[in-house]
Amino acid sequence: MKRIVTLAAVLVTLFVATTVMAADPVRIGALFAVTGPASFLGEPEKNTLEMLVKEANAKGGIGGHKVELVVYDTQGDVTKAVQLANKLIKNDKVSVIVGPSTTGETMAVIPVAEKEKVPLISCAAGIKITDPVKKWVFKTPANDHVAAEKILIQATKLKQKNLAIITVSDGFGSSGREQLKALAGEKGFKIVADEVYGPKDTDMTAQLTKIKAAKPDAIICWGTNPGPAIIARNIKQLGMKVPLYMSHGVASKKFIELAGADAAEGIMLPAGRLTVYDKLQKNDPQVKLLRDYDQAYKKAYGVEASTFGGYAYDAFLLITGALKKGSNPEQIRDSLEQTKKLVSISGVFTMSPADHNGLDLSAFEMIRVAKGDWELVK
Amino acid sequence: MHRIDSRDKKKLFRHEWVKFALFSLLIMILPVLFEGGYLLNVFIFVGIHTLLAVALNLLLGYAGQISLGQAAFFGLGAFASGILTATYGQNPWLMMVVVAAAVGLLAFAIGFPILKLKGHYLAMATLGFGIIVYIIFNEAVELTGGPSGFSGIPNLTVGGITFDSDFKNYYLIWGVTLVTILLSLNLVNSRIGRGLRAIHDSEVAARVMGVNVRLMKVQIFALSAVISSVAGSLYAHTMTFVSPTSFGFNFSVELVTMVIIGGLGSIYGSFLGAALLTLLPEFLRAFQDYDIVVYGFLLVFMTMFMPGGLVRGIPSLVQNLRARIGGGASDA
Repeated sequence: MKRIVTLAAVLVTLFVATTVMAADPVRIGALFAVTGPASFLGEPEKNTLEMLVKEANAKGGIGGHKVELVVYDTQGDVTKAVQLANKLIKNDKVSVIVGPSTTGETMAVIPVAEKEKVPLISCAAGIKITDPVKKWVFKTPANDHVAAEKILIQATKLKQKNLAIITVSDGFGSSGREQLKALAGEKGFKIVADEVYGPKDTDMTAQLTKIKAAKPDAIICWGTNPGPAIIARNIKQLGMKVPLYMSHGVASKKFIELAGADAAEGIMLPAGRLTVYDKLQKNDPQVKLLRDYDQAYKKAYGVEASTFGGYAYDAFLLITGALKKGSNPEQIRDSLEQTKKLVSISGVFTMSPADHNGLDLSAFEMIRVAKGDWELVK
Repeated sequence: MHRIDSRDKKKLFRHEWVKFALFSLLIMILPVLFEGGYLLNVFIFVGIHTLLAVALNLLLGYAGQISLGQAAFFGLGAFASGILTATYGQNPWLMMVVVAAAVGLLAFAIGFPILKLKGHYLAMATLGFGIIVYIIFNEAVELTGGPSGFSGIPNLTVGGITFDSDFKNYYLIWGVTLVTILLSLNLVNSRIGRGLRAIHDSEVAARVMGVNVRLMKVQIFALSAVISSVAGSLYAHTMTFVSPTSFGFNFSVELVTMVIIGGLGSIYGSFLGAALLTLLPEFLRAFQDYDIVVYGFLLVFMTMFMPGGLVRGIPSLVQNLRARIGGGASDA
């Protein structure tokens, strides 16, 4: 009996009533993988969004509404992401959710957003998120297949027929692998080697030796740091002279740092414009926005802005645009869908009922590593 | 050996029933307190975690055999149920049973060689099994969807009711959990339960007393796998989405933590452990960026000062406090 009493006492104390606040201003919820294996995505996303909300509120809010931001850390865990999405909707009563950071978490949260009728703007790249289109789900990063297509267009230009691919075994890599294989087939390329490595592997010599034996015209590597940097160094060590492509997953100076300027020399990859904004033409519509973002981020956090943080920036701009026509979830969703030619970090967004991503091939520039820096590939 | 006469036994039996009835009642009325808030959703996961913790406790707390591969059985249940119902359109209820039986058989088969090992070696073998299964989830992309997960799993239905809301799922999952708790209580208070505890204390002594040690260990390992698999199926149909990251090594360790924090060899302790580890992060969000530090500190604190787990630690804490506060008065 004593046990029961203590049991009950514990439970009661656990249910400390959660705060309920008046919902006059606009509440934006955010789910980012701030800690855990995907923190390289979540942290800049959180920083960016917090910075933007602070700025907006200092200027009197968006369209008269003060903005309240509620950010939760999902730790990259799908179960937590679902719980927290429920919390944002039911307890915090947010009108729109930004995130989650990864494709897996987004896929897990989609049923919640659809059921509770709250717009979700994902910061993950997987094509499954918006294809097929879901009524309440949008996303800001360009689809992986856009990046894959960009690489293959470059390979066509250079008359490379036989390709080897080496991809990381996580959500990003497996999506890239799928897109590369499908597109390569369509465009008449031949995949002569298809290798996979683990996210925590520290040496890829074995896979690369196999690739070497297959004699490809070019290698395409799809992963996020640090794997691709190790691959670049391993290729150098093996004395392979095959041209190497990387994905947009490593489009930051950090990659050149990790691989070393020597091993990275000549590597080509598709990248968002943020990486090379200082090399774009002056009349490019995005240049000013990109420079402002990079400088503001450096000032606030002391490090370079990253493409990943840019995904959250895009989401914020989309919401800002949508809020002009009303602030309940239904109105936000409708105006998000009508977004036209919104100049943003990842590109220029034009949404439609059939396209909840709204970016095309122009979201990426092909860039090359030259002497420890990026240069545009013409 | 201490002998329980039939009157004591009856009393003990009644005592257990009252406890269980009160516990069930508490669980059944909890949703009223949540008013459809998100805590209801979190409590669904408390239910699933309780199921898993009870399964592991039977093995670890009673039989004294460690398993660091429980997440694999959980994952096998979740993925198999998901794939068979979403890709192949089979009946979810039937599949839950079929999958649980298959996972049980698998555990039975690997149990014979694995459970010959003891201590660290057993931990390592189960750990290895967990990692192998995790790698299969990740790499069998055509089947499991790979690292980006598997979606489109249907909700369970019975008659005209579809379990598609938190409220319905709460009762579904807690229904299964309560039945499992009842069966487990029955099991541990039976001849088998006494056999398991004998194995825990000394395998040689147990064998001398006529317990088929080898078979019993494998049986309890298989039972624990079956319960975990059912928990996995329920998880898949509730979430409608599964991803390999939920079934990795970390989760196996979390389950062991739940059982130890709650109290080894106590079924209700498993509930306390599962509830604590599932709810604590939610309440620690108030600490914002420092929540992980506080979380770690609390866990260390609890293992240091409540080595018997919450189920024994809390009552003794209360007793100590009472003795200290009311000490003078009761002496007089």
